[in-house]
Amino acid sequence: MSGWQQHLIIAPILIPLVAGATLLFFDERERVIKAMISVVSGLALAAVAISLFRLANSGEGTFEGVYMLGNWPAPFGIVLVVDRLSALMLVLASILAIPTLVYALARWHTAGAHFHSLFQFLLMGLNGAFLTGDLFNLFVFFEVMLAASYGLLMHGSGSMRVKAGLHYIAVNLAAALCFLIGVSAIYGSAGTLNMADLAVRIGEIEGERRMLLEAGAGILGIVFLIKAGMWPLNFWLPGAYSAATAPVAGIFAIMSKVGIYVILRLSLLVFGQGASAGLGLNVLLYGGMATIAFGTIGVLASQALGRLASYSVLVSSGTLLAVLGLNNGMVTAGALFYMVSSTLTIAAFFLLIELVERGQDAGASVLAVTMEAYGDADEEDEEVEVGVTMPGTIAVLGICFAACGILLSGLPPLSGFVAKFAMLSGMIGTSAQGDTPIAASAWWIVGLLILSGLAALISMTRAGIRTFWASMEGTVPRVLVMEMAPVMLLIALTLALTIKAGPAMSYMEETVRNLQQPTTYIDAVINARRAGVSEPSGPDGGGGL
Amino acid sequence: MELVLSIGIGIMTGSGVWLILRPRTYQVIIGLSLLSYAVNLFIFGVGGVKSNAAPLLGEGVDISTVTDPVPHALVLTAIVIGFATTALFLVVLLAARGLTGTDHVDGREQPK
Repeated sequence: MSGWQQHLIIAPILIPLVAGATLLFFDERERVIKAMISVVSGLALAAVAISLFRLANSGEGTFEGVYMLGNWPAPFGIVLVVDRLSALMLVLASILAIPTLVYALARWHTAGAHFHSLFQFLLMGLNGAFLTGDLFNLFVFFEVMLAASYGLLMHGSGSMRVKAGLHYIAVNLAAALCFLIGVSAIYGSAGTLNMADLAVRIGEIEGERRMLLEAGAGILGIVFLIKAGMWPLNFWLPGAYSAATAPVAGIFAIMSKVGIYVILRLSLLVFGQGASAGLGLNVLLYGGMATIAFGTIGVLASQALGRLASYSVLVSSGTLLAVLGLNNGMVTAGALFYMVSSTLTIAAFFLLIELVERGQDAGASVLAVTMEAYGDADEEDEEVEVGVTMPGTIAVLGICFAACGILLSGLPPLSGFVAKFAMLSGMIGTSAQGDTPIAASAWWIVGLLILSGLAALISMTRAGIRTFWASMEGTVPRVLVMEMAPVMLLIALTLALTIKAGPAMSYMEETVRNLQQPTTYIDAVINARRAGVSEPSGPDGGGGL
Repeated sequence: MELVLSIGIGIMTGSGVWLILRPRTYQVIIGLSLLSYAVNLFIFGVGGVKSNAAPLLGEGVDISTVTDPVPHALVLTAIVIGFATTALFLVVLLAARGLTGTDHVDGREQPK
C-alpha cells in the first residue's frame, strides 16, 4: 500500500476528531446541521473502515499497514498499525455507530447538550485504541474514549444516570491510575513502550526486571479486565449500562470489547512465546468462567429488560475471556466470530428495549425492579380476551425481540448459533482426530456456554411473554420508522453474517493465524520505511497526536 | 533519595486507597487525587532517580549523567489527563449532590 492508501490508516482517528470539533461551533438549536455532520462523519468512517478491511483481506498471508506519526521511525515515534484484527474492529465500530446514530436522531440527541460531539469523540477514542501500536498512546486513546463515555452515560441527566455515572467515573479513574502504573512499570523494566519493540526485547529481560515487567503487565491486565467486565471487577457494569439512554447503551456494547481486543493483541504479540509465554492465561480462563456463571445468574434474576441486556454483556465478555484463556487457535477464531455477532446482538437489544418499554406506563419499570426484589406476587385475574388483533407495531417489535432472544441464546438459524458452534467444535473437535484428550476446563466451558444459552432463552421467553402477550395496559407504543430501522438493520447484519458465515470464519481463522505469528507484525513495524527518507530535511510535523 | 521517594509514594497510595473506599464523594475525590499524585511520582521514578541531570544528550556527554526524558513526557501527559478527568468527576459529584441531596456515593444514606 502506498500513496493515499497510507493515509487511510489515520483517517479513522481524524474524521471523528474533525467532525466532533466542527460540531462544537454550531448551536444546539441547529439540529439539522449537527445531525448532517454527524451522519456524514459516520458514513465516511464506515467507508474508510471498509476499504481498510478490504485491503487487509485482499492479500494472501499477512497484512500490516504501518503509519508513522510525525514520520518518526518505530521504536522512537508512535505508530499506528492496521492488521486483520484491527481492521475487523474498525469495521465493527463504524457499523455499530451508524444505526445507533440514526436511532439517536429520532429523539434522544435533543435530550442534552453536545451529544454528537461526544459521540464522535467516543468513536475517535475507540478507533485510536484499535489502531495504535504504542502502550502509552493506548492509554491516551482510552482516556479520550472514557471521557466521552462519561458525558454520554449522563446524557439525558436524571438522578439515576448521575448516580450510575458517579460510580462509573470513580471506577474508571482508579483503573486509569492502574493503567499508568502498569505502563510505567513496563517502561521501567523493558525501556520501551512500542508493542512490537517490547515483543522483541522481552526475550532479553532477565531476573528481577522480568518480575517487574510481569507485575506491570499483570496490573495492566487488570485494567483491561475491568473494562471487559470480568468477575469480580464488573459490579459497575450492569448499573451503568442499564442507566444509559438506548443509543448510548448501544454503542457501549463495543466498549467492553475494547478490553478484550487489547488482551487478545498483547497476549499473543508480547506473551505468545518466550519465557513469559502464557502469562495470566489461567486468570482469563477461570475468571471468564466465573463471569459466565455470574452473568447467567444475573440474566435469570433480572426482571427489568435493561438489566437483562447488561448481564448479557457480561455473559458475552465472560465467554470471550474464558475462550481466549484456552489459547487454542481454532477456538479463538470462533471467539472472534462470536464477538462480532454478540456485539451486534446486544446493541440491537439495547435499542429495542427502549421501544418496547415505551408502551408500558411509567410505573412498569418500577414494578419490574420491585418484582426483582419481592417476586412476582399478584396474579391478577384478567378478562379473557378472544381474538384481539395484534397491532403492526407490536408485531414488528415482537419479531425483533424474538430474533434477539434467538441470537442471545445461540439457537439456529441466526449467527449466535454459528458462533457458538464454531467455538464448541473448536474445543471438542480438536481431539476428534484422536491424539489429545479434551481438557477438563474445556468441558466446563462447554457446559457453561450451553447453560448460559438456556438461561438467556428462559429469561427472554419470560420477558417476551410478559411484554407482548400479557401486557397490563395494552397501549401500543408510538414508534417511528427511524427508530425501528436501526434495530432491523442490526438484526439483518447478523442474518448476513449467518449467510456469509463461511467467508467470515475463514477471515477470522486467517486473523488468528496472523496473530499467532507475531514476527510478521514486529518486522512490519520495526522495518517500516519513513516517507521521503532520502530528503535531508527532518521529520515533518504532521499528525502529532 | 530513593527511600524518601518510595516512602512518599507509599504513604500517598495508602491514604488514597483508604479514602476512595470511604462512603462520601468528597473523600473519594481526594483519594483519587492523592492516588494520582502517587502515580505521577511513580512514573517519574521509573526512569531512575537522578538529581541535577539534564535530559539532553550532547557530543561527548557521559550517558550516566543524563536522565531519561521519556518519563518526563509521560508524566506530563498523565498530569494533564488526570487533572481533566478529576475536574470532570468534581462536576458529576456536585450534580449528584444537587440531585440526590446527599453526598453519599450511593445517593442515599445508609440505614443505621
